[in-house]
Amino acid sequence: MKLWKDLAQELNYNVMYSPRGVMMLAHNVHDAQMLKRILHANRANGVDNEWLEPAQAKAFCPPLNIATDIRYPVLGATLQRRGGTARHDAVAWGYARAADALGVDILENCEVTDMRRDAGGAIEALETTRGLIRTRKVGVVAAGNSSVVMRMAGIRLPLESYPLQALVSEPVKPVFPCVVMSNAIHAYISQSDKGELVIGAGTDSYTSYTQRGALHVDLHTLEAICELFPCFRRLRMLRNWGGIVDVTPDRSPVIGMTPVPGLFVNCGWGTGGFKATPGSAHVFAWTMAKGEPHPIAAPFSLERFRDGRLIDEAAAAGVAH
Amino acid sequence: MLLIQCPYCGERPEIEFSYGGQAHLARPAHPADLSDDEWAAYLYLRDNPRGLHAERWRHVRGCGRFFNALRDTTTDRFAGTYETGESAP
Repeated sequence: MKLWKDLAQELNYNVMYSPRGVMMLAHNVHDAQMLKRILHANRANGVDNEWLEPAQAKAFCPPLNIATDIRYPVLGATLQRRGGTARHDAVAWGYARAADALGVDILENCEVTDMRRDAGGAIEALETTRGLIRTRKVGVVAAGNSSVVMRMAGIRLPLESYPLQALVSEPVKPVFPCVVMSNAIHAYISQSDKGELVIGAGTDSYTSYTQRGALHVDLHTLEAICELFPCFRRLRMLRNWGGIVDVTPDRSPVIGMTPVPGLFVNCGWGTGGFKATPGSAHVFAWTMAKGEPHPIAAPFSLERFRDGRLIDEAAAAGVAH
Repeated sequence: MLLIQCPYCGERPEIEFSYGGQAHLARPAHPADLSDDEWAAYLYLRDNPRGLHAERWRHVRGCGRFFNALRDTTTDRFAGTYETGESAP
């Protein structure tokens, strides 16, 4: 989070970072207990988080429906005031321009078609659609296609790729002051600076690389949004799309070395990778430069699956999968 | 939404089914004889291919039976479905 605060300054590019507060809703006693457990775990680790009663939640987010007779009434919420949004395009553009200024070559529209390894098995070169690149170090950060790319080096990963859908509404005047998420009824909503409501839906149940998803997944989320925010019921949706997310069995990412010398991987971020962009990039670059895992990244190794040291921290990702 | 051919009931909408992941993963006969790497591979490693994928489905809100399907993960088109225990067509 502290990396986000000064990111726009550092990149000299407005990433539209807006710490407007992230509210997670509880709809039943179990939700409330889990959210309070997370709240206390956050606080014990020096991360601010607070509990809001329904009336306080409505004061923070006026469109919220806190009626007690709806199907999944709001029993309370946790609020992280420093949480918020950033414009993902701007983050990508800002990083690309800053990296370019530092002398990094970015080759667009250049597909990796194979990885060459020497007699000892170490990485020797990449074959691409625009020619051969000789190198002894390769870092694979291929999101939903990580399994496909890593198979070129003969590595199978503990990953499955699913389409995750999002949709935006027609733009309206500022009506929604914060980010609201509900894991129990599966909804994410915030408002972009352009005025569109940005709504996050779920993943399809089956693996796919189609970059679209089934409509019933969106409808499921829109039903939840309409119940929680009745004022949005007449709003039209402008567009929806699906991105492919790579999900690990324990829902935590993999950052680190691989059995192939010179090959590093940063994958498995599932549905929650964007918020970790600066942090994961930092520890991954450190790991690649030094050839040993960064202390923060060390537990997130591929070996954790072999050693039974899974990281069951889906709550840390703030996602419902 | 997918239209899925249950081998027992015929074509039904996807919401009648639940997905069961990669097919033809047989539990090792003697788990205690495996190395940690082999056991982890059985538990966690998946092919996750771009292209044809043999996978399990269960007609959970229909006949309740498991079956297998061959689907192209780049188009979501089914090449066919077949009964559990048969090899992929």
